[in-house]
Amino acid sequence: MQMHFGVEDMIEHVPMEDKRKSAAALDEARLRQQAIGVKLRQMFDEVVNEPVPDEFLDILRKAEPPAGGR
Amino acid sequence: MEEEKQVGRSAPDPVRDPVFKRELVTLIPHLRAFARTLTGDATAADDLAQDAMMKAWDARASFQLGTNMKAWTFMILRNQFYSEKRRSWRQSQLDQEAAERTLVAVDDPEAPVALDELRLGLAMLPAEQREALILVGAGGFAYEEAADICGCAVGTVKSRVSRARRALQAILEAGNYDRDGGAAGDAMRAILADAERLSSLR
Repeated sequence: MQMHFGVEDMIEHVPMEDKRKSAAALDEARLRQQAIGVKLRQMFDEVVNEPVPDEFLDILRKAEPPAGGR
Repeated sequence: MEEEKQVGRSAPDPVRDPVFKRELVTLIPHLRAFARTLTGDATAADDLAQDAMMKAWDARASFQLGTNMKAWTFMILRNQFYSEKRRSWRQSQLDQEAAERTLVAVDDPEAPVALDELRLGLAMLPAEQREALILVGAGGFAYEEAADICGCAVGTVKSRVSRARRALQAILEAGNYDRDGGAAGDAMRAILADAERLSSLR
């Protein structure tokens, strides 16, 4: 997963203390993004895992040309 | 329908049709999920997913077996959604408030709070950022596939996803979504805790 954070760009130009702080902030940001990612997939998968209503297969069946017809 | 659409309708193919149909059936759950994120309403989403499924079926002759049918059907569904939206909401532009109202519609009243917050946060994103994030972040599509589905450049998808991620995080951290004066700022914490629990279960 690719992520872009402004924090990364700052790292080159800051003294040691701040650098450590930035790295920690970056880790924290990554963790948060991962958590959001997990929840996004969960939200999507909840629907994917729902049973498909019969309607779907019914209309698909009706659309099919009758076997051996014409 | 004002006229019977014959153009683009595929002639029956006894060899290929069953293969196509089998694959199409496996995609129904994914079409439903994508439709749900676009419409935010379970009933409207199923109508949309059914329309897209039938459009795909009618156009099956133009699909090359062995290529990415999921991306192809998602593209059909997305086009269908936006063309219907243009038709029905031509005069009343979809405002943010309406987007929030519909996206909030959750089937399961016992859905965890963190998911609710996520839905609210998503509703606040511009539509093109939201769909890019859903496709890449939840639908499992590569940037290139998402670009095909949305009909835009790969770089555009990348920047939309990246902006969506940052915006969503900021929204969740600030708690600056509308939630009946509920505890703002807890959303990110709830999501972190929930994600941690989920990944330790796996």
